[in-house]
Amino acid sequence: MTGPSIAERVRQVPPSGIRRFFELAEEMDDVISLGVGEPDFTAPSRAREAAIASIEQGRTSYTANRGKRELREAISDHIEKWELTYDPADEILVTAGASEALDLTFRALVDPGDVVAIAQPSYVSYVPGVVFAGGTVLPVQTRAEDEFVLTPEVLEEAGAADADLLVLCYPNNPTGATMTHEELARVAAFAREHDLTVLSDEIYADLTYVGEHTSIASVEGMKERTVVYNGFSKAYAMTGLRLGYALGPSEVIDAMNRVHQYTMLSAPTTPQYAAIEALRSCDDSVERMRTQYDRRRKFVLSRFSEMGIDCFEATGAFYVFPECPWNDADAFAEALLEEQKVAMVPGSAFGESGSGHLRVSYATGLDDLRTAMDRLEQFLQ
Amino acid sequence: MDARAELLDLLRENARYSVSDLARLTDRDESEIEETIAALEQAGVLRGYQAVVDWSQAESEPVRATVELNVALDRETGYDDIAERIVEFDEVRSLRLVSGDFDFALDVEADSMGAVSRFISEQVAPVPAVTQTVTHYVMESYKENGIEFDDGHDDDRLSVTP
Ligand SMILES: Cc1ncc(COP(=O)(O)O)c(C=O)c1O
Repeated sequence: MTGPSIAERVRQVPPSGIRRFFELAEEMDDVISLGVGEPDFTAPSRAREAAIASIEQGRTSYTANRGKRELREAISDHIEKWELTYDPADEILVTAGASEALDLTFRALVDPGDVVAIAQPSYVSYVPGVVFAGGTVLPVQTRAEDEFVLTPEVLEEAGAADADLLVLCYPNNPTGATMTHEELARVAAFAREHDLTVLSDEIYADLTYVGEHTSIASVEGMKERTVVYNGFSKAYAMTGLRLGYALGPSEVIDAMNRVHQYTMLSAPTTPQYAAIEALRSCDDSVERMRTQYDRRRKFVLSRFSEMGIDCFEATGAFYVFPECPWNDADAFAEALLEEQKVAMVPGSAFGESGSGHLRVSYATGLDDLRTAMDRLEQFLQ
Repeated sequence: MDARAELLDLLRENARYSVSDLARLTDRDESEIEETIAALEQAGVLRGYQAVVDWSQAESEPVRATVELNVALDRETGYDDIAERIVEFDEVRSLRLVSGDFDFALDVEADSMGAVSRFISEQVAPVPAVTQTVTHYVMESYKENGIEFDDGHDDDRLSVTP
């Protein structure tokens, strides 16, 4: 007996590049980690109270497959500020995190052999999601000299004209880059010309510090070919409650819901109550957290510039993506961790064009950030 | 936010932020920070910088009370006149005119309960306009000036996540 054999499409996917680094950091005491991809705040108390109240009232059954109607309506109102109009009845799907929504889309839209272009550096789940669905990944490397904005030129160069789907994420994890309406319009024109369906991960939309967030789905002629992802993990500091949503054309949302209803049934109920309250009454909390992030962002960028570290002005999410002072960012990150107990994630974990960079998360209190920057300065001397 | 509002917000969060940190946090020049703070002090907007103390953790603890004060006004005596007399006492840590069932709310601090009681009965109550006082001794403080007095939440996030 040889035991169960693991499926090829799972064996194909290596363990996350971040994993090894995580193990190193976990072994040490007193590490200040700038490697965390989730808020250091807790969920707004009103949202937590709403979750508790729903449990006290015994609201512990499944919800509608697509999520509670009231929540879909609240989402529909919330996204109007980004000039997005989606019908709560059939164009919005509530999921267990944006993660589930992304997975559903790959399973609903990708046939074996379909090509999915992924703008990199990117969040680490897109590539495995495509592989699990049997698709072929086409990495598209955005460039440091473009401040990691996606352009038709890099799409063309990578051969994305022949792809079926395109995944992008702005505000971006890991770079903190955002894209303006004009920049998105150029990508949109490319997508329309080459008939690409666009999957736009906008989970950091509310964490935009300069100008307003723009969704590619709001660009003329894009709504019918775009799926937008958002959720409560980042802006509302609700990562552990696992709640997100997708917005898209009704045929796509229907197809996603078909997978969702058989695999998840419905997103967890308690967090849906928290989310309704979050959308109804927590704008101030989001704004307070956003203000704190923005100050830390400025703080870290100032410290980098004082140390002579090159870093473009990241304007979204809670990451900055400096150039690594050494050629080998992996070696740098490891040495910094060992000598100064500061964890930063090497950019190569997020795709080829991330190499030579470091992802620095500022989802950490100012005292720790200050100490981490002082230690980095010491390390460089 | 304009520079003044932003600095007020930051200093209320932590009055010990250095000028260089304030400059970094707001992406402004240090000289601009210094000038703005000076202007705020000059204009009487910034009146002081004080510590927030959790007395339950200190070696000795003063007795504190919130006192409700009712007053009777007449042609010669307005709220400001009464307030002017009462602010003079060192025991009075804060004095506010409030809406509702009583007129003034005072925060009072002294070394013992006896000292607080004597202060109210011998100094405050005899002020001619004062008609009534109600003293509430502070038994426990959970939050002062926006700062919670618990042990904080443990950061239970994983140290490196995607
Ligand atoms: C870009 C991006 N998309 C999606 C997710 C996952 O979000 P959720 O918690 O909603 O599944 C993350 C979390 O780190 C992320 O950074």
